[in-house]
Amino acid sequence: MAINQITVFLENKAGALLNVTKILSDNKVDLRAINIAETADYGLLRMITADNALAEKVLKAESLIFTETPVLAIAIDDKPGALSEVLEILANESIDVHYMYSIFGHQNGKAYMIMQVEDAEKATDILKAKGIVIAEAKDLQIG
Amino acid sequence: MERYYQKDIECVSREEMIALQNERLVVQVKHVWDNVPYYRKKMEEKGVTPDDIKGIDDLYKLPFLTKDDLRDAYPYGLLGADLKDCVRIHSTSGTTGKRVVAFYTQHDVDLWEDCCARAIVAAGGTNEDVCQVAYGYGLFTGGSGMHGGSHKVGCLTLPMSSGNTDRQLQFMTDLNTTIICCTPSYAEYLAESIHERGLRDKIKLKAGIFGAEAWSEEMRHDIEEKLGIKAYDIYGLTETSGPGVAFECSEQTGMHINEDHFIAEIIDPDTLEVLPEGSQGELVFTSITKEGFPLLRYRTKDITVLTREKCSCGRTLVKMKKPMGRSDDMLIVKGVNVFPSQIEAVLLENGYPANYQIVVDRVNHSDTIEVLVEMTPEIFSDSLGKITEMEKNLVSALKAMLGIYAKVRLVDPKTIARSEGKAVRVIDKRKI
Repeated sequence: MAINQITVFLENKAGALLNVTKILSDNKVDLRAINIAETADYGLLRMITADNALAEKVLKAESLIFTETPVLAIAIDDKPGALSEVLEILANESIDVHYMYSIFGHQNGKAYMIMQVEDAEKATDILKAKGIVIAEAKDLQIG
Repeated sequence: MERYYQKDIECVSREEMIALQNERLVVQVKHVWDNVPYYRKKMEEKGVTPDDIKGIDDLYKLPFLTKDDLRDAYPYGLLGADLKDCVRIHSTSGTTGKRVVAFYTQHDVDLWEDCCARAIVAAGGTNEDVCQVAYGYGLFTGGSGMHGGSHKVGCLTLPMSSGNTDRQLQFMTDLNTTIICCTPSYAEYLAESIHERGLRDKIKLKAGIFGAEAWSEEMRHDIEEKLGIKAYDIYGLTETSGPGVAFECSEQTGMHINEDHFIAEIIDPDTLEVLPEGSQGELVFTSITKEGFPLLRYRTKDITVLTREKCSCGRTLVKMKKPMGRSDDMLIVKGVNVFPSQIEAVLLENGYPANYQIVVDRVNHSDTIEVLVEMTPEIFSDSLGKITEMEKNLVSALKAMLGIYAKVRLVDPKTIARSEGKAVRVIDKRKI
């Protein structure tokens, strides 16, 4: 169920993010979502791309450091309280959410939340049982 | 089975070695007194004459020479032979403004190459080996010293000099190099390049002889593992000849000093007292066979320990421990002595790469030390928490080793310059 996120190491210096986005755009890799977590010295660029295999190939060619991590793309209604509903289900089961960000461009009146959780399999089962939709790669036009 | 280049001398009894040293020292002191006015003046100032030196027990009576003396006497002040008998010079890098020029007669070159040959044979070298010399050739002693030693052993010698990694790897794979000689930091870089290009199965290396830089035991293991070789240390300095003053044997627990050419002492660098065997202190060398540049009691600034414990290789030559670094490399940060090799050891122990840089600065009258380390795929994670945790552990380990706080900064891969010769490990921005 999970889709894969690519996380890239960015040293904290001018142009570091631009460098990555340029490498990807030059190679026609579409980004579905991005998120940055930072410390004073470096940042982690987390992204969902339309073509991970290609993204990784070109990042590697440029000697960038990255890693691939499974994450859940959870579809929620685009209305107040929808996110809380999902988080409450997870909290009730004591499943930690490590980090989360939302996706660009939504369809069918849904928004997608990208979540990295403690136990993806369990979270998927529980959310599905409660009628929450978990997006698959094709829903996000990921090849 | 251990092999030797000059077994008679490498395994000589202690008594015979002392007799040889006594004899050579007396002759050398007389030679210096007669031919080197600069040193004769020093002896006169100390009230010592050649008659006072009857053997190595009288060594302590002689004055010391330091790098400052060598600078004062530049270029000919310490020359010990007629220039017409000298065939070569070598010189230190002079990056600190203290250029040293050393002179060699043909006899000096010959004995020096013997010393290098002893090192190559101790590392397993024979006339069936292909020895790639990737130390710099030129004024630096590393290239020509190991080149000459390799010839004496009869290895097929590849005089590569330093740099041009593509060419190094091409020759290494095409000509089946079995022994590589270079600085340990360049060995790390070669290992990294071999790994990146997937050449590990194409190389035939069995041993490496690495010197001209202080390096840690952890770095040795790292290089040995990455290249699948035995990594041997070699020691030397331009002032005494070059590489081969001391070399490692199969036991790899320190370097045997070629005592038939160099008498070693350990002194307290502050009081200048000679310290008993087993004490840590500054290494001092007296060249007893050199003609062109015969230095007596030269203070190397290297901090080490000498041991005469029996070595399993059969050699009786005294052993020196891997120096922690030249006292020139030692940093004093917040009043604490810090050697780059200590930081290197902690990094490797904690799974970080050996390529690092230390930046020392002074902010608001207080010293700061920052260690730049390159991020690697092995330590990278999508979780900020995990990376922060690793950083914290590294900071704690550095604090335990150094006794002071050192900031760790993770930087992009390949941003710390790779060295092809001696690595630049320290940037000191303090204006004192």
